[in-house]
Amino acid sequence: MSGNERVDVLIIGSGASGAAVAWSLAETKMRILCLEQGDWMKPTDFPTNGRDWEARRYGDFDIFPNRRGRDTDYPVNDDNSPMKVANFNGVGGGTVIYTAHWPRMHPSDFKVKSLDGVADDWPIDYWTLERFYEENDRMMGVSGLAGDPGVPPRNPPMPPIPLGKTGSHYGKAMNKLGWHWWPSDTTIATTPYEGRAQCINLGHCTPGCAQGAKASTDITYWPLAIRAGVELRTRCRVREITTDEHGMASGAIYYDAEGKEQFQPAEVVIVACNGVGTPRLLLNSASGKFPNGLANSSGLVGKNLMLHPWPMISGYVEETLDGGKAPITNLWSKEFYETDRSRGFVRGYTLQFNRGMGPANQAITSAASGQLPWGRDHHRVYREMFEHRVGIGVACDDLPEEHNRVTLDPVLKDSNGIPAPKIDYAISDNTRRMMDHGIARAEEILTAAGATRLYCSRAALNSPGHLLGTCRMGTDPERSVVTEWGRSHDVKNLFIVDGSVFVTGGGVNPTSTIQATALYIADQMKQRLGNLFD
Amino acid sequence: MDSNAAALSIPELDSLRTIAGTMIPADAALGMPGADDPVILHDIARAVGRDLLLVRQALAEIEAKSGGAFAALDRDEREALINGYYAAGGAAIMALGRLILGAYYRDDRVLLSLKQEPRAPFPKGYTLEQGDWSLLDAVRDRAPLWRDDRKELAT
Repeated sequence: MSGNERVDVLIIGSGASGAAVAWSLAETKMRILCLEQGDWMKPTDFPTNGRDWEARRYGDFDIFPNRRGRDTDYPVNDDNSPMKVANFNGVGGGTVIYTAHWPRMHPSDFKVKSLDGVADDWPIDYWTLERFYEENDRMMGVSGLAGDPGVPPRNPPMPPIPLGKTGSHYGKAMNKLGWHWWPSDTTIATTPYEGRAQCINLGHCTPGCAQGAKASTDITYWPLAIRAGVELRTRCRVREITTDEHGMASGAIYYDAEGKEQFQPAEVVIVACNGVGTPRLLLNSASGKFPNGLANSSGLVGKNLMLHPWPMISGYVEETLDGGKAPITNLWSKEFYETDRSRGFVRGYTLQFNRGMGPANQAITSAASGQLPWGRDHHRVYREMFEHRVGIGVACDDLPEEHNRVTLDPVLKDSNGIPAPKIDYAISDNTRRMMDHGIARAEEILTAAGATRLYCSRAALNSPGHLLGTCRMGTDPERSVVTEWGRSHDVKNLFIVDGSVFVTGGGVNPTSTIQATALYIADQMKQRLGNLFD
Repeated sequence: MDSNAAALSIPELDSLRTIAGTMIPADAALGMPGADDPVILHDIARAVGRDLLLVRQALAEIEAKSGGAFAALDRDEREALINGYYAAGGAAIMALGRLILGAYYRDDRVLLSLKQEPRAPFPKGYTLEQGDWSLLDAVRDRAPLWRDDRKELAT
């Protein structure tokens, strides 16, 4: 095994949270190193450079790692889950392949026990995170419109993405119903911003932005962090975090680009591998002193996995809309976000209104749903659908349950022989009732919009999940993995900063909150540098 | 089945031609080629890649369902077989369908017939109209919908 020079801070993972914490800690002038198992992305590699741009989202830019199958990916056994793991392994992590939809969690999401008597409260609240949300919005570059009565006040630094024909169509329907809607916040630049060009509408940009208008941490946080002295080492896949005789983290063992085993010593270790990768790493770091996995005296490492069940309801209108010639992100509605027990469930959901699809994806999606026939009727039906599609996603708050979990697969391993994660996940009755309610409301909206051929794809149809809750934060070491400021209860120089630390997940895309939490934890570390391990 | 083979065999390509032409036939009135058009078929075959084994499986299963004579069936029978097989689901036929559609709907003639520019999105991009922002006036004056925990928990 090769040795490396000791660093003050070792960050494992360069995605949403790892980048944010690296940038924030850089001002301390500590020696900071980040190990990333993937590569840097090149703008010329992104699908919208080529004519096969739509097909590649089912190939090397698929959101599911098992199908994407890059040699920088690790496999996930998600056979026992109706939802599949969504991630990306490369500099920027999941911010490379995401919709850039940018809602924050609501204040009530942090206090579900106190307000609604379910699950647990976070040990921190929205107002603690508010200034970190704002800081992160500036760093990532958020486009949106202030004045939304559906969410707490915020001031996005750039104007919103145009409503377009599709958004206007939705807006008329929502006004007819008297329900809340608003243009979504997004990290897609609508004006030149901090060296990034403004969006010129390259179609659906979930599989990466060739122009760089969509924020990912490889083009936002990382250039600044590296300029400030942080080292980022790619193609380094960490196998385990090591500990010393005092039970403190001593560094990490990883495989370099040549597959050679390396040891990286560190004074502080920060894990930022997402809600599946982080528990996998901790469980793979079991030792004589930590036989059930590192930082796992509570037994909660890997448990309480939340994935956000996300039914999709679509239909087709007579009017020609935007199709797939713009970002998919369009509007949100918070009409059914907060708890109303008369609905038959607690907590709620965001309705996310999408634009249509490009030519190939329209065909692939409608064929898969059984709406586009093969044979002589194919062309007629296709022309009634293409650029006429409307679709609404129901982003459901799935509360934490310990049986939803990440463990180590006894057989499956990655290309370095490291045991792969196994997912066990079931949708709760409360969430099912929430899904049914959301589906019915979405169908009402689409009907009000004049849509026909309604089709519902429930979460059970391989929908991609967000990865949250598997190393929850809290003040009680028996009921949480890390403290309210992200430090392991068990290992005093080990921190977790990704979505694993979420106590609840809300009914929103989580990246904004993941990064705000990472910035908050970094701030706490900076305030406690003199007694970080006490 | 040779899992290491890099491409479809000649008999498989023959089968693919008939099946693709059944799934998406030409329509002269619309100016649409069929998916069995030589240029499109070449693109389909070239793009098989990671789905090679699944596509082979789908081709073999279609031939098996037709008693080894898919091409000999009449058009109605071929379409019924394909639609029935696809509706039953399964990774193999889904992969074949995705492959054919992905290649077909990037062909120049197809896109032009659909009034689309036959080009990659980058670097030119597309225009997105602003839409009617006055529609938001009905929403702006609503009372806050979000719960303020500070107020609720203080009482």
